[in-house]
Amino acid sequence: MAKPKIATASLAGCFGCHMSLLDIDDRILTLVDLVDFDKSPVDDIKKFTGRCAVGLIEGGCCNEENVHNLQYFRENCDILISVGECAIMGGIPAMRNTIPLKECLDEAYLNGPTVYNPSGNIPGDKELPLILDKVYPCHEVVKMDYHLPGCPPSADLLWEALVALLENKPMDLPYEVIKYD
Amino acid sequence: MSDKIKFTIDGVEVEATPGQTIMQAADEAGVYIPRLCAHKDLLPFGSCRVCTVMVNDRPQAACTQPVSAGMSVESETEEIRQIRVNLIEMLFVEGNHYCPFCEKSGNCELQALGYRLGMLAPKYPYMFNKHDVDASHPDIYIDHNRCILCARCVRSSKELDGKNVFQFVGRGIHKKVAFNSDTNLGATDVSVTDKAIENCPVGAILKKGVGYSVPIGKRMYDTQPIGSDIEARKATAK
Amino acid sequence: MAENLEKAIREICELNGNDHTRMMDIVREVQQRFGRVSSEAMDFIADAVNSHRVEVESVVSFYSFLSEKQKGKFVIRLCNDVIDKMHGVDNVAQAFREELGIDFGESTPDGKFTLEWTACIGMCDQAPAALVNDKMITRLSTDSAREIIKSLKANGDENRLTHLLGDGNNANLLVNSMVNNNIREEGPVIFAKLDAGKALHKALAMSAVEVIKDVKTARLRGRGGAGFPTGMKWEFTRAAEGDEKVVICNADEGEPGTFKDRVVLTERPDLMFEGMTIAGYAIGAQTGVVYLRAEYAYLRAFLESVLADRRNNNLLGNNILGKEGFNFDIRIQMGAGAYICGEETALISSCEGLRGDPKNRPPFPAQKGYLANPTSVNNVETFCCVAQILDKGAGWFAEMGSTGSTGTKLLSISGDCTRPGVYELPFGILVGDMLEKAGAENPYAVQVGGPSGQLIGKADFQRTICYDDVATGGSVMIFNEDRNPLEIAHEFMEFFCEESCGYCTPCRAGNELIKERLEVIMKGEGTPEDLDYLEQLGKTVAVSSRCGLGQTSPNPVLSSLKNFRGEYEKLVKENKDGMQRTFDIHKALATGEELQGRKSVIYAD
Repeated sequence: MAKPKIATASLAGCFGCHMSLLDIDDRILTLVDLVDFDKSPVDDIKKFTGRCAVGLIEGGCCNEENVHNLQYFRENCDILISVGECAIMGGIPAMRNTIPLKECLDEAYLNGPTVYNPSGNIPGDKELPLILDKVYPCHEVVKMDYHLPGCPPSADLLWEALVALLENKPMDLPYEVIKYD
Repeated sequence: MSDKIKFTIDGVEVEATPGQTIMQAADEAGVYIPRLCAHKDLLPFGSCRVCTVMVNDRPQAACTQPVSAGMSVESETEEIRQIRVNLIEMLFVEGNHYCPFCEKSGNCELQALGYRLGMLAPKYPYMFNKHDVDASHPDIYIDHNRCILCARCVRSSKELDGKNVFQFVGRGIHKKVAFNSDTNLGATDVSVTDKAIENCPVGAILKKGVGYSVPIGKRMYDTQPIGSDIEARKATAK
Repeated sequence: MAENLEKAIREICELNGNDHTRMMDIVREVQQRFGRVSSEAMDFIADAVNSHRVEVESVVSFYSFLSEKQKGKFVIRLCNDVIDKMHGVDNVAQAFREELGIDFGESTPDGKFTLEWTACIGMCDQAPAALVNDKMITRLSTDSAREIIKSLKANGDENRLTHLLGDGNNANLLVNSMVNNNIREEGPVIFAKLDAGKALHKALAMSAVEVIKDVKTARLRGRGGAGFPTGMKWEFTRAAEGDEKVVICNADEGEPGTFKDRVVLTERPDLMFEGMTIAGYAIGAQTGVVYLRAEYAYLRAFLESVLADRRNNNLLGNNILGKEGFNFDIRIQMGAGAYICGEETALISSCEGLRGDPKNRPPFPAQKGYLANPTSVNNVETFCCVAQILDKGAGWFAEMGSTGSTGTKLLSISGDCTRPGVYELPFGILVGDMLEKAGAENPYAVQVGGPSGQLIGKADFQRTICYDDVATGGSVMIFNEDRNPLEIAHEFMEFFCEESCGYCTPCRAGNELIKERLEVIMKGEGTPEDLDYLEQLGKTVAVSSRCGLGQTSPNPVLSSLKNFRGEYEKLVKENKDGMQRTFDIHKALATGEELQGRKSVIYAD
């Protein structure tokens, strides 16, 4: 029987959630026995090679590429999980959500005290993804099946949740592993 | 004591002194009823509704409802748990609660209730309303993004500090805490030693110069759920 | 200017005894004189009444007729309730905008005009309607809207706007209003003749306990909507400890679609005051207060004159009608625009000069109400019933209506019908019969009891109007087949969000969330799961809210979900591909595309 496949992505996040996944220490050997990794920054696979059982999403959506990537994951994964505060509620990047986008970009590229920008333009190069009007939590863009909070979620939480999912058991998470920070 | 009365919480008999609220009697008996606006040193207020219980099948706030002999109180039913989770989730989406960088994280009662009630993420959409931060005072700052409108500061200032620094203005979703000054907090007679500062359950009112003083793992609610102190009374009683 | 302000405020506060519990009168007066209660004014007021400026700010920021921001000389408040919208208020609004060159919420640069939306002003039977300062303008059209502005610009006086006067006492010089009563059916209680003093005379011949017994025997229940037995409320208040006791008349008729008290206040004030005086006698009170909603300020002078007449005839004052030691008088307390103040404990807060926040119960008002005195708060119509019961007998009253709901009920009927107006009908009448009387045209849905009541459909037209079946404080709004139950529910949710005091979590945040999801469904972006979501959310708000407003605020959604579920179901779709229909990438990118100066390649159309 083929092993189920897992994919991961970091959208508008800091990769801290991925670091936490690696923090499961030697249990990673067990994990590799249980699953194959598909599209993920961990193995640098850029395109889905087939249907995945689980997609772990770190970060919210702050630009069009995040949205596109998230939609790509939704199309290719049976279960999608918001991993960490940024995926769940936008996190630190979402602090800009109460400020109009123009004000944010003006401060960053035109008016900020450390800005040197003789062109007076806001960057719009084709290589740069276009920015969204606000940072969207993942579940506002596509349907997310589970949420694992934390900044980052602890390795224990990720481990417990993944094992429960893969073994098709109910998530019975101990008090200590649920944290929002 | 012959003047004690008896009632039940979730079918278990509890003793109370007439005049007590359900919450006071429950606390003494070592039964924790979740709460946010209630505070042991302050008069009951009844705004957060997290302590909602069913009293003889009618919903009541345990913090304001007095006990009466023979009353049947339900607190830990699935229906009430769901209502409490919903209320906590409403507070999380109404404000802008960035736990990852909040100095109160780990010692925050809102967060702790989320943990205790098993909230992984709110099912409601985040409102992302704009709220102000006032750092005008040399020793205190107020971040309205984190305010849950529990009035502990309003009440503490009046009832405990003998001042009148805080009061609500506006109504509905626009309601907020204002200061007794035509400019900012710095222009009031608030002091860093006021109970109004200490009694904030969340990170809305914080002392400057403190920061993240307790390491992760050692903070109030890192390993023990909120209410554990009250529940420990039951263990001692037995 | 600052000096003038200070002097004026000192005078105003002095006139109110420098009493902070009279804050409503003080800030209302300042607002009227200066068009605002400025930050500076708050300091002066706080100083004069020995309060704190933040307490003054707290009150000013709570009521919609008060403001810190400068208002124009003429404040035009256009009613935007659902009935006014059905009668073309949007066109009227556009006429006002064009004529003044400003939008709603704005003032003209010359400081003359302010344009605002306001919730139901009690004129659904003659919608669209607006207030120009205190002046009530009804049956508005685009033409009359333009004329109003022209007249105000030319004459500078809102009192010169009224050309045609309404019927009955609306034509009284002290009312001088174009409002019509639209009394469609007169019944034996409210509209039956009763000479001033007759019932009071009979009551004073009895003991107070016997009066209460009569009210109990008549099985009179509160007419405001909650239906608490009046005699029992009086008994509690009478029995409560306290030397001073208070009778309050709730004339804060704010439930959208209700306007029956407007008619009672216009045509039957003597009956109401008589009932209040009887209540004063029964519970042992010396003080009576009528809490009159700000929208009905146009009736105030007239009501004051009726009170003066009653004082002259010894129906108020000391030793009333020769009864040694029975002293009772009534004052009018004006509101300032807050629906929540119709809730009795919020009303008491407001009378005390506070924000209109409801109070915790217990203690109940009967134990500790106005200024901690035992207080009975009853509806305008309830007091009228009391007077007739004392005159004609409890048995006479109890024979009318149904077992659990004796007597008659005043109904304010509006919407899609040929005969909108006030009906006095016996309790127990079939909804269908009531609709027929009103000339309902193809009724599809009927909102009974206002937004906090129920939206019922044809299946319920065989039910009866009474406390135990289809209950109502008086509001009946009829909607024909062209109307959309979801839009109706949405109007009401907007109303509740606007009027929530914000004290408790479920009402403050929960109602916003209900409205949000309803909008998602109305846009066709909802899923079947959203219906369960709304039901769960509505239930949480209903169960955990602190006062009647929050406990009933989900009703528009919950009752329309129950009775018109098909309307919801035809709008929601399963989400099969997992993409959220509520997320619009083009909308999310629009600002970025503009600021970054290029179009999206990934999401090119």
